[in-house]
Amino acid sequence: MEKRVVFDGKLLPYALLMPQLLITIIFFYWPAAQAVWQSFFIQDAFGLTMQFVWFENYSVLFANPDYYRSMVTTLVFSCLVTFFSLSIALMFAVQADKHIKAAGAYKTFLMWPYAVAPAIAGVLWLFMFQPSLGLVAQAIRALGVDWNPQLNGGHAMTLVVMAATWKQISYNFLFFLAGLQSIPKSVIEAAAIDGARPARRFWTIIFPLLSPTTFFLLVVNIVYVFFDTFGIIDSVTGGGPAQATTTLVYKVFSDGRLGGDLGGSAAQSVILMILVIGLTAIQFRYIERKVQY
Amino acid sequence: MTGANNEVVNKLAQDFNASQREFRVVPTYKGSYPDTMNAGIAAFRAGNAPHILQVFEVGTATMMAARGAIKPVFQLMAEANEPFDPKAYLPAVAGYYSTSRGEMLSFPFNSSSSVMWYNKDAFRRAGLNPDQPPKTWPEVFDAAKKLRAAGYDKCGFSSAWITWLNIEQFSLWHNVPLATRANGIDGFDTELRFNSPLHVRHLQNLIDLQKDNTFSYSGRTNTGEGRFTSGECPIFLTSSGFYGNVKANAKFDWANAPMPYYPDAAGAPQNSTLGGASLWVMGGKPAAEYRGVAKFFAFLSQTERQAKLHTDSGYLPITQAAYEQVKASGFYRENPYLETPILQLNNKPPTENSRGLRLGNMVQMRDVWAEEFEAALAGQKSAQAALDAAVSRGNVMLRQFERTVSR
Repeated sequence: MEKRVVFDGKLLPYALLMPQLLITIIFFYWPAAQAVWQSFFIQDAFGLTMQFVWFENYSVLFANPDYYRSMVTTLVFSCLVTFFSLSIALMFAVQADKHIKAAGAYKTFLMWPYAVAPAIAGVLWLFMFQPSLGLVAQAIRALGVDWNPQLNGGHAMTLVVMAATWKQISYNFLFFLAGLQSIPKSVIEAAAIDGARPARRFWTIIFPLLSPTTFFLLVVNIVYVFFDTFGIIDSVTGGGPAQATTTLVYKVFSDGRLGGDLGGSAAQSVILMILVIGLTAIQFRYIERKVQY
Repeated sequence: MTGANNEVVNKLAQDFNASQREFRVVPTYKGSYPDTMNAGIAAFRAGNAPHILQVFEVGTATMMAARGAIKPVFQLMAEANEPFDPKAYLPAVAGYYSTSRGEMLSFPFNSSSSVMWYNKDAFRRAGLNPDQPPKTWPEVFDAAKKLRAAGYDKCGFSSAWITWLNIEQFSLWHNVPLATRANGIDGFDTELRFNSPLHVRHLQNLIDLQKDNTFSYSGRTNTGEGRFTSGECPIFLTSSGFYGNVKANAKFDWANAPMPYYPDAAGAPQNSTLGGASLWVMGGKPAAEYRGVAKFFAFLSQTERQAKLHTDSGYLPITQAAYEQVKASGFYRENPYLETPILQLNNKPPTENSRGLRLGNMVQMRDVWAEEFEAALAGQKSAQAALDAAVSRGNVMLRQFERTVSR
């Protein structure tokens, strides 16, 4: 006979859900609602006057060529960081998954960067690549390249992409490694016996079986690039030179905090929110179908 | 304030607290200038503002416009019957923090100006006279080329605070308008004007010299100052507040000199303007507490104390009397580098173009101007196009600021 536990009353389940619901409401829905509310006003920095302006903050934003530029920058930046952090992490995970000496030590070292705060990570990279002080920068200059991230937008972008990628590799590595270890050895061994070489085994067996992990990481990484890379950009380039590294989230900060334009900044965060919700929805709707669980 | 200057502030508070029993001053460090200002604004919005907030000079317009949030200093002192004479201050200092009617709104505290630092050893190496620094921009360019040929090939000369030095100070020093309405002092309906032929010519020179690193860009703030103390850049324009750092870290013979100018520009050199910060009194506190603030300001204004602040911190003496006293003591014979910025500030009586500047949204606007400078120096834009864009983008921000404050 089937055993079924039935709880009386509705209070207990709600009470158990309460802490999580409260946290979600206070820390997610409440600020999000505030951002939507503020985006319909213009106000001075001190909040002395507020004027309801309907969608003016949005129309100003969409009439501003800098905003589109920052969208393109974000697109380039997020594609690069997501691609490199996922592929490099996968490569490391595959290597660390092999039977090698001191695998535990490798794994530990590969996880360390995740514990470094974004701003600190930024400063570390800045020091290495600072044109007059940085060791790496001096090596690059010795090779005859006029390395100058302070003026060359491409160099600046390279630098923030490297710092942001480096920071995220550990996280991805961890999940890939766990994913790899959950793939049954027997499947791989069977393929080996059938004569499949390592590369073929990887692409036809491991990679497809890893796809749930890859998909999850894709979503997480995109959210990371959109929101969490702000500290790195702020400490490495400050959005420069000439806006070459001003991403959408950095622009929210610089308009809101440096410019004191809370309405415009709120409008930008609302758009950013919609973009990320849309992206995630698309990923679940279309990419998830191709994922084999 | 950080480092040694933080100690100076703490000492001031201690001395004041020991000098009387009625009031207590508690100094709190809130981070960099923009961080401090934002913390003050956030505290005000939360109904928890401090009595006194130290705000850097570019935040002046924002504070001034927040009429309901601040208590003007002239009014505070009058209500508390404390002696206060705006004329006691150096004109360039008083003008910066006063309304067009001469009412002082904030209390000047730490002021600096920008000067040209140079490496005397490098000058000797390049066959230049270390006791006759270049006075004009063409002379600076020549000297930098010679220095470059003598081995300083990564950087002949450079400048921190790229926009403060090359737009703001440049305009005042050459007596050309930075913006209409006396650079914004006479009203928030000001429009930027720094795309004049003289400005374009200067930026074009920098673009041309950047190509072979005779000029080498050092970023928007002062993070590039280490290039001077490390010996990489033999000529470096930055704040006079750099003094302590140079003294502690430069392992070569150094000096400073007034900022260069274009000799064919009529009226140049005019006078420079100041940087640094002033103390703003926040509004909405009881009268009894304001009496304490007024007492503290009276305490700060004493000539002895002003003179000591100047010689301890390297910031400018802000009152005429303190300057005279330090001068009479012979201090500048030993430390001529501390007098250069004062001579610049006092060079000529200020004109409409050189009283100071007061532009809203200035913190972010400086970034916008710097973006255009960077585009021009990287060769993406001509000097004219970059300055035109900086002016028009800046004007949009000024109009937005005007709109949020004028109601």
